[in-house]
Amino acid sequence: MRHGLVPAGIADLPWGMLWIVFALAGAGILGLYSAAGGSLFPWALMHAARFTVFLGLAFFLSRFRMQTFHDLAWLGYAGGIVLLILTLILGVIGGGARSWLELGFLRLQPSELMKVSIVLVLARFYSHIPPRETRRFSAIWPVGVFLAAPIGLILLQPDLGTTMLIVLNTIALMFMAGLPLRLFIGGGLLVGAALPLVYHTLLLPHQQERVLIFLNPEADPLGSGYHLTQSKIAIGSGGIFGKGFLNGTQSHLHYLPEQHTDFIFSAIAEEWGLVGGVFLIVLFFLLLKWGMGVALDAKGKFERLVAAGLSLTIFFYIAINLMMVMGLAPVVGIPLPLVSYGGSAMLTVMICLGILMSIDRGNRAERSRR
Amino acid sequence: MNRRYKPIVTENNQVYTFTRRALVVGGLQGVLATGLAARMGWIAIHENERWKLQSESNRVQMRLIPPRRGWLVDRAGQPIAINRSDFRVDLIPDRLKEPDRILAELVRLLDLPPDEVERIKEELSHAAGYQPVPVAENLPFEKYAAITVRLPELPGVAPLRAFSRFYPDGAAVAHLVGYVGTPNQEEYKKENKLPLLITPGFKIGKEGLEKTMEPRLRGKPGAQRVEVTAGGTLVRELSTLQDVSGSPLALTVDAGLQTFAARRLGEESGSVVVLDCLTGDILALASMPAYDPNNFTDGISQNEWKMLAQDERHPLINKALNGLYPPGSTFKPMVAMALQQAGIDPTARINCPGGFQLGNRFFRCLGRHGSMNMHTAIAKSCNTYFYAMGRRAGIDIISAMGKRLGFGQKFDLPVVSQNYGTMPSAPWKKARFEKGKKLVERPDWTESDTLNTAIGQGFVIVNPLQLAVMVGRVASGLDIQPHIVRAKRPPPAPLPFAKEHFETVRSGMWEVVNGAGTAGRSRLELPGIEMGGKTGTAQVRRITGSQRGQSGDWKYRDHGLFVCFAPVANPRYACSVVIEHGMGGARAAAPVAKDVLTYLFDKERAMASLTKFEEQWGGTMAERMAARAQRWLAANAKPKPPEGTR
Repeated sequence: MRHGLVPAGIADLPWGMLWIVFALAGAGILGLYSAAGGSLFPWALMHAARFTVFLGLAFFLSRFRMQTFHDLAWLGYAGGIVLLILTLILGVIGGGARSWLELGFLRLQPSELMKVSIVLVLARFYSHIPPRETRRFSAIWPVGVFLAAPIGLILLQPDLGTTMLIVLNTIALMFMAGLPLRLFIGGGLLVGAALPLVYHTLLLPHQQERVLIFLNPEADPLGSGYHLTQSKIAIGSGGIFGKGFLNGTQSHLHYLPEQHTDFIFSAIAEEWGLVGGVFLIVLFFLLLKWGMGVALDAKGKFERLVAAGLSLTIFFYIAINLMMVMGLAPVVGIPLPLVSYGGSAMLTVMICLGILMSIDRGNRAERSRR
Repeated sequence: MNRRYKPIVTENNQVYTFTRRALVVGGLQGVLATGLAARMGWIAIHENERWKLQSESNRVQMRLIPPRRGWLVDRAGQPIAINRSDFRVDLIPDRLKEPDRILAELVRLLDLPPDEVERIKEELSHAAGYQPVPVAENLPFEKYAAITVRLPELPGVAPLRAFSRFYPDGAAVAHLVGYVGTPNQEEYKKENKLPLLITPGFKIGKEGLEKTMEPRLRGKPGAQRVEVTAGGTLVRELSTLQDVSGSPLALTVDAGLQTFAARRLGEESGSVVVLDCLTGDILALASMPAYDPNNFTDGISQNEWKMLAQDERHPLINKALNGLYPPGSTFKPMVAMALQQAGIDPTARINCPGGFQLGNRFFRCLGRHGSMNMHTAIAKSCNTYFYAMGRRAGIDIISAMGKRLGFGQKFDLPVVSQNYGTMPSAPWKKARFEKGKKLVERPDWTESDTLNTAIGQGFVIVNPLQLAVMVGRVASGLDIQPHIVRAKRPPPAPLPFAKEHFETVRSGMWEVVNGAGTAGRSRLELPGIEMGGKTGTAQVRRITGSQRGQSGDWKYRDHGLFVCFAPVANPRYACSVVIEHGMGGARAAAPVAKDVLTYLFDKERAMASLTKFEEQWGGTMAERMAARAQRWLAANAKPKPPEGTR
């Protein structure tokens, strides 16, 4: 036990991770301040406020023991389903999908919360399967059952991006749960082979268009490829050191669309250059490294899987958003955690971090007992 | 291998698997992070130049500055068409999202009259998306500012500080210079979609000299580099390349004379052409009534257009070039030239018993003139003399002389159109009536055709400019060509006719005004300056009974014509005046010609006379035009639905 001026409760916090989170949120606040043309309104101040509130929530969650999350996993799942149904009935339409519940200070996107619930439920499920059973079919099909309702409801909104994220996250979690490797390799090959078929049969014309534009954005720089091209212009014109804080033209003259949400990274990169962008990437990598470290340290099977699953949830946000803004993935509406303006994603990420901190606390207690 | 190897999975090796897989995933995350950083480096360093360029082309937009149009000035450099700096508002249909709301807002802010709203709606429905539709020009700064401050709520509205064309003399120069307007779709396509043509505030010549001299007057557009937002809002100006305005064009016209002539025509429908008979310079080319070309620049409403198109006095037609009239007796100076060319002695006499008997047909004269020679026949306008002598000379020589002096000719002028009429001849008639057998006329030339031609009736039709050219050529003996654009030109060559022939005709024309002639009341009241002239009265329809075109419906009355030159001693100016349905040359046309020529020698005297007339007519030209428009609107405007815009 350490002794010092700071109370033990505060000194025991995972400060390494917290500094990273503060830095990321700070980058978000600066980026949003600049995106608003050098103003705290309408985004920067709200972002800071939400961050403070949700950080409190994360600390609150971190005080619970993992047994509580384990026991309440199904309750959370049921709550998530109810919210998704409410969304379909009462939700607000934005960007062509009915994905949001208007809560006044926050537009809640229940599908985001559902991601956490699904991780908890899956982790609980796999922690209860005896090791031998993991190589049987009975370790697979129930997952399909758990996913059916939430995915069905999310597809009804329709929100293909979140659906994709949940499926990816689930597969990654199954991988971590120790399911046989051949399933993933075989599955990967099968999906690769089926992609053209999916493209031609399942995708709607506007989705097909998005894929085509992803493959060749310059073919249509003013139409649907606009987002991608403008994002690359922002990043590319920033150069190594950027145009300087508050000097971004792509963002200030509104050429960069969604510069406060999905494309905040491009707006920041325009002003802070490659240096600023790589700094953010490194911060994210360190955050994930911490998450995976927590998972590796965890003793219980449930804790391990939850930690890995939640880290991967955060990872997929970051990976897909960054690949999207750099033209490596199609444009799907996925924000950059902690940096983008938007409450739901931040709420989700903070819940993830709260639970991760709880696991981390358990790990440390274990360590100090030994 | 026959049997598959089944690993025994225990709690322990599951932990091992998890650790291994977590490290793989962590490694993959590291790889991805590196990959993203590399990708970013690629975009930001290797492709930096390209994206920088694109960022600049996003940020900076080139905007065209419409060039200022070249001025039109008169022979002394006095402006006829100039550019006035003004505030204007246009609509860009492409960017217009809610036309009804925005139009209602504009009506409220700018107090647009319902007529204009109608026009804007009409033009909006026809305009291609990129073509600006003018809303209002010459706005006072307060109204302009009212638009600019509300600009964010008015997408598609383009307020602009620009130059608009201004004609200080208004309607007086309308037919001479034409007018300008916003290019339409055809004009835009014709110039290969030149971006300048869809720049708000840019105008092209639509009529008259403005149209024909367009390339010369246009100038070169300037450009402005401005920083703009993605929505097109201007943030700031970066640099400006000034436009090069069109070079001014000097006309041969005397602006003062042109305006005087137009005003002097007063309420009449007609034209005045004044030439410098030594050079052919057109000093005035007035046609009345006319429209105000200033009203056309930002488009005119349907009502305005209808009023002009339906007016029986044809304000949209340039009568000096496109009006065609039988010349009547104003033809006789030319015929007298032809007679002498045919060898007829000008002292030879013909007795006028009140007409001429040709076979069983009697050709009337207006009086019983008794014994006539060429001089007195011109002075008294004796038809009998010209019947008899014309018959003797024959159509061939009359026709040839007519053409030589300008009739039936199209002049090399930068005008949109000129109707050149007919100088009939035997081959002409043959060609004309051979094809149209249905026509009553026989295709072969008859002697009665010659007789009619000799007094300027029958098939002959001429325009007022031709009349002026004819009298100018007779007055100077020079082969003048009419010019409207000022330039250094070689002096015109003399006509290949004997000097005495011209002298005879001119002395006859002197007698018309200054002696015992038909226009004695119109002699110039100027010391030492005399004018020679010839009156003419042209029948609009065949004489029926006693009516003789001297009374009755305005549109069936005879036209009054007068051609003249001055000073007689040393001819300098030639002039033709046509008053449509003026009933007689001496009565309607000659007094106008007298005042116009007076203006050339004594402006004050002429203006004094004009002021008196304008008092009688009820105000200046602009005042009378406005009053007429009011009356027309009151009587004819279609009732407007109540405006739903508040």
